[in-house]
This record gives sequence, C-alpha cells and structure tokens, in this order.
Amino acid sequence: MTVLPVAPRGTTDPPAGRSARPAGARGRDWRMAAEIVAFTAPALLLFALFVVWPILRAVQFSAFDWNGFGPLVDFVGLQNYVRVLADEVFVAAVGHNLLIVVASILVQLPLGLAIALLLNRRMRGQGMLRTIIFVPYVLSEVIAGVVWFQLLQPGRGVVEGILGTVGLEGPYQGFLGTPELAMPTLIVVLTWKYVGLAVLLFLAGLQGVPHELTEAAQIDGASWWQTQWRVTIPLLGPTIRMWMFLSMIGSLQLFDMVWILTGGGPANATTTMATFLVNEGTKRQNYGIAAAASVVLFVIALVMAVLYQRFVLRRDTADADVPRGVR
Amino acid sequence: MEAMQHEDMLTQLDAAFQAGDAPDVYMERGGGELADHVEAGLTKDLTDAAAEEIELLGGTVQGWTVDDKVYALPFSVGVVGFWYNTEMFEQAGITEPPSTWEEMYDAIDQLKAAGMEPISVGAGDKWPAAHYWYQFSLRHCSEEVLTDAVQSLDFSDECFIRAGEEVEQLVAAEPFNRGFLSTPAQSGPTSASGLLATEQVAMEMQGHWEPGVMAGLTEDGEGLGDKLGWFPFPEVEGGEGDPEAQLGGGDAWGVAADAPEEAVDFVKYMLSDEVQRGFAERDMGLPTNPNVTDAVADPALAQLLEVRDSAPYVQLYFDTAFGQSVGGAMNDAIALMFAGQATPQDIVDDTQAAADAEG
Repeated sequence: MTVLPVAPRGTTDPPAGRSARPAGARGRDWRMAAEIVAFTAPALLLFALFVVWPILRAVQFSAFDWNGFGPLVDFVGLQNYVRVLADEVFVAAVGHNLLIVVASILVQLPLGLAIALLLNRRMRGQGMLRTIIFVPYVLSEVIAGVVWFQLLQPGRGVVEGILGTVGLEGPYQGFLGTPELAMPTLIVVLTWKYVGLAVLLFLAGLQGVPHELTEAAQIDGASWWQTQWRVTIPLLGPTIRMWMFLSMIGSLQLFDMVWILTGGGPANATTTMATFLVNEGTKRQNYGIAAAASVVLFVIALVMAVLYQRFVLRRDTADADVPRGVR
Repeated sequence: MEAMQHEDMLTQLDAAFQAGDAPDVYMERGGGELADHVEAGLTKDLTDAAAEEIELLGGTVQGWTVDDKVYALPFSVGVVGFWYNTEMFEQAGITEPPSTWEEMYDAIDQLKAAGMEPISVGAGDKWPAAHYWYQFSLRHCSEEVLTDAVQSLDFSDECFIRAGEEVEQLVAAEPFNRGFLSTPAQSGPTSASGLLATEQVAMEMQGHWEPGVMAGLTEDGEGLGDKLGWFPFPEVEGGEGDPEAQLGGGDAWGVAADAPEEAVDFVKYMLSDEVQRGFAERDMGLPTNPNVTDAVADPALAQLLEVRDSAPYVQLYFDTAFGQSVGGAMNDAIALMFAGQATPQDIVDDTQAAADAEG
C-alpha cells in the first residue's frame, strides 16, 4: 500500500493554523490557496451552473403559481407544498419509492452476492457469464424499457407466449396494466436491469479480499460455504454498504423505466415522486407544484443520504481518508 | 422548418416559449392553451391583418378567438368518431353502423359472439379514454351548459354525472381490447390505432388523423385501405345535447408576437385555395377553406367532413378547451374510471378541484 504524503496542516484546517503559525508560512499559504482556487474553479463553476443554480431556481418556482409562460408574478408562498403533501397520489408515490428502495436491496443483495461469489470461482465461460450479467446495466434504460414493454404485451407478448406453452394465461389487463401486478413486474424488470451493477461492484470488492485469509480458513478446515460466510462477506462490508447507498439514491430518483413501462399507471399504481412531478409539470403545466414536488424529493433524498453517510458509511469513509499504515 | 411527432412538438413548443425563442409561425390548438399564450403576450393578434381569411373561414375560427380577437387561422379541423373495419362488421353480421347506443351495445355483442375484440382504446395515454367522457357529456349536456362550463369552470350540472355513468356502463360491458389500461394511443403496432390497422379489433374512437396514423403503422403504408369506414358518436337516450353536435378540434397557424410581417403573409398563403386544395387532395387533413372541401378524395374522410359541416357546433376537446391544468386532472380521473377506481362523482370532483385551484 502506498502511504500518501501527509499534507501540511494549513491546507485542510486554515482557521486553527492561522494564529499558531510563524509569519514566514504566509507566502506559502497564499500560493497554496491560489493553487486550490485555480484547480477547483472549473469544477466549482460547472457545479454551480448545473447543480446549485437549478436547485435554487426550483425552490424559487415552487413559491409561485406558474403555468410555464410569462414572468413569475403569482406568489403563493408555501401553498404548493401544502398541495403536494396533501395529494394522495404524491403520498402514494413516496410509498412506492420507499417500497422500491427496500425491495431493491432485499432482492438484489442476496442475488448479487450469490452471482458474484459464483462468478468469482474459476470456471469455463466465466468471462462470458460476467458480460451477460452486466449487459442489462450498460443498456440504455429507455431501450431496455421499450423492449420489456413489448415482451410484456398483454395477450401478444413473448412473456405470455411462454406462459401459454405451459398452459397458463396472463392477466386480462396484462402484467403492466393490472394495478396489483404492475409494481411487482416493475421490480422484476429493475432487478434484471440493476443486479449487474451489484455483481460488478461485488466482484471488484472480492478482488480486494486477500487470498491468504481464505486459504488460511480452508487449511483450518472451513468448508467453501463457511469461508464465504465468515471471511469473504464480512470483508466485502464496505463494498456492500456503498452499493446499498447507490441503490437507495437510484430508487428514490427512479423515473425512466417507470415512465416507459407504465407512465406511473395503471390507476397510479406505480407513480414515483419523479413521474409525479414530470406529469404535473409537462402534462398539466403546473410548474409551481412540480417544482415543490422536486424540492420535496430533493430533501428526502438528501436527508436519507446524510443519515446513511453519518451512521452507516462513516466507518468506511474514515478508513478511506486515512490509510491504515499512517495511523 | 422541422417536422415532428405531435406530443414532441407540444413539449418543444412549450420549451421554446419559456426560453423566449418561439418559431415565427407555429401550430396552435386553441382553447385554454391559446388563452394562456395570449395572456403571456406570446402570440400575435391577426384580427385585422387577416380579416379576409377570417371571413372566409367563418365560424371555424371561433376556437381560436379570445375576447373577440382572432389569434390563429385553423387549417385543419376534424371531429372524433368511430373508425371501423367494414369487413369485420360484415363478418359479425352488422349491416348498418350503429346510430344509437342501444344499437352500439348490440354491435358489441355481435362482434364478441363472432370472436372479435370490438373496440381498442389507448387508456395508457389517458386522453383516448377521456374522449368517451367528453362525447357522452356532449350528448347529455346542452350547448349552454358546455359554453358556460368553459367560461366559468363550473361542472356542477347533473349532465356531467350522467356522462360518467354512461362511461361506467360501457367499461362494464367489456368492449375494449385486452390490456387496454396500458395500451398507448398511437405508438407502434400494439397501440390502439395499431390494433385497428392490423385488424386485431373492429373499431376505435379517434380523431380525423386516424387514417394517417394507421398508414404509418402498417408495412404497406395503407392502413386499413378500403376496408376503413367511419360513423359519428351514436346518440344517447334522453340527452339534452344536440345529437348532431360533434366533439372535435383542429390545428391552426399562429404567429409569434415578435415575428415579422412576412410571417403573417405566409400564414395567409397557407390558407389560400391553392395550398388548401393540395392539402386536401393528399388526404393530409380536413381543409377549413370552404372553396376546396370537394377536393377530399378519401370516402371516409369525405363523410367525416360532411358531418363536421352539418354540425350545429363543434365542441373543442375538453382538455384543450379547459387548459392543461384542469384538462389533465379531468383525464387522470377518467382514466381511473376505466381502471374501475373512480365514480362519476369523482371525475366531477377532481375536475372541479383543479378548476378551483386555478381560479
């Protein structure tokens, strides 16, 4: 492991350093600051332009009754938020997002782990299998959505054709048109689409599990199963926690696949926060309400991300900041 | 100049208006949308500049008039009715297209008995389903009630409830294609229009654009060809509406507020006998210039044109007439009814709530 050169304290902690340091260090500090500004300016500029500015605009729009045309004149304060939070479709959408967060983790974690552990063994066609598992993730979400939409066509699609060969009949409204079945179907498609990412990350994490440890366990008489359960998976912890974080944020912001497959229907059975706000904005031209919904989505995602960082990822990232060798 | 699919055009046009970068000449659908554009000062008043054309078009410009000023010139106006497969109707033993709902229910039973799916509807896109409620409202509500509703956004009249009851009854009769709740309107061969074009269903209720849409969805580019027939929305029993009144709408050329005078001249030229005749001869739409209505060659379209021209009035599609905010809430509620999750009262309540929020 390479030990990083320890940076001068002043760069990471200027307020504490200023009073305590001798005057001679000032010039060096100034140059250091200029360097930081010069190197971070382009990134900060892009960040401000494409992240901070749109967020501020969304907050601004959310305080107005605005149909998208003309200037913002009709200030309504928090009324749009009241309408969004009182809208049963939106409340249901929040529930759908949380359901997808939980279902994604509960389904993809064991499945991804199992596939990763299997693919980590030497076997014939390993490279091809890895590719097959990963291809859905690389595929554009819109294209994958259109393909699944056609496969799931009620009465005429391939899926019902296969069911037909074993004497089963699909539901009358199809898998995507039956309110009770639309969400489970969506979760199956999402699993197909995203389990590849989990497998890829877990496989990468597995490369970091020292071979000596598993070897030692085997010498001690542990079975393959015991080796995985007691040695490999615990050492995969940081990778799993990181993947769960990505999966959670992705599930909260889910839009493309739902929009293509169901448009949030049937009967709002698969509406997510993102499809709700796009429907309010572009279809109904209630841009103020759409903006309020987007701010609520932002706050929910931010709070969950911060809590997760604070309570789950803290140990992992602390390890990453200061390599073990330094401590 | 750029050609694009209808819904893409709406999105791009909205974005162009928001960015203050609207094209000089654009397609205006009228109603509440136009009212929004006028209120935001985005579109040019054509009342004086195109006085001659406006007089020629007559009552048709009504849908593009705000406060007695005409803002766009309609170049194609059509009505919504049932497009059907004449061969399938014959096979099912239906000799005359139904003219009342009683006959319609008989036809549905006959088609089902012959093992066919009677009607396709793109309820996944909501508006094709919503058109049923509009049509029943048109048959049940008097012209005064509808005109008043557009102005005052008041939907308390009993006739709107009866429209909902009719839709409920129709859905319960199960005339629609399998999986209609997720069927799109017109994208791809498994859409509602595609099912009619590929002879999977016997009929579909759609606007005047249907032959063109179906042509694009079949390999030979012919759609249903000469098997295609058309009949207007059947009469209901005890309705207060004029049975000859039609639901419809159209497309008009609007001119952006900051466009040069040449843009106005161009729009006037687009309404000339010459352009409109070419438009009609190629079956691209239903011309509004009365001098050229004889140029429509397709028999189904010619029949539709006759119904349009003999209608006492053409009610603009509700979602366009009421604007997207109210219209969107209305369409969502009607789509819920197709899924069996809304009552006639729910449709009125949801629509009224959106209307009140606007006011």
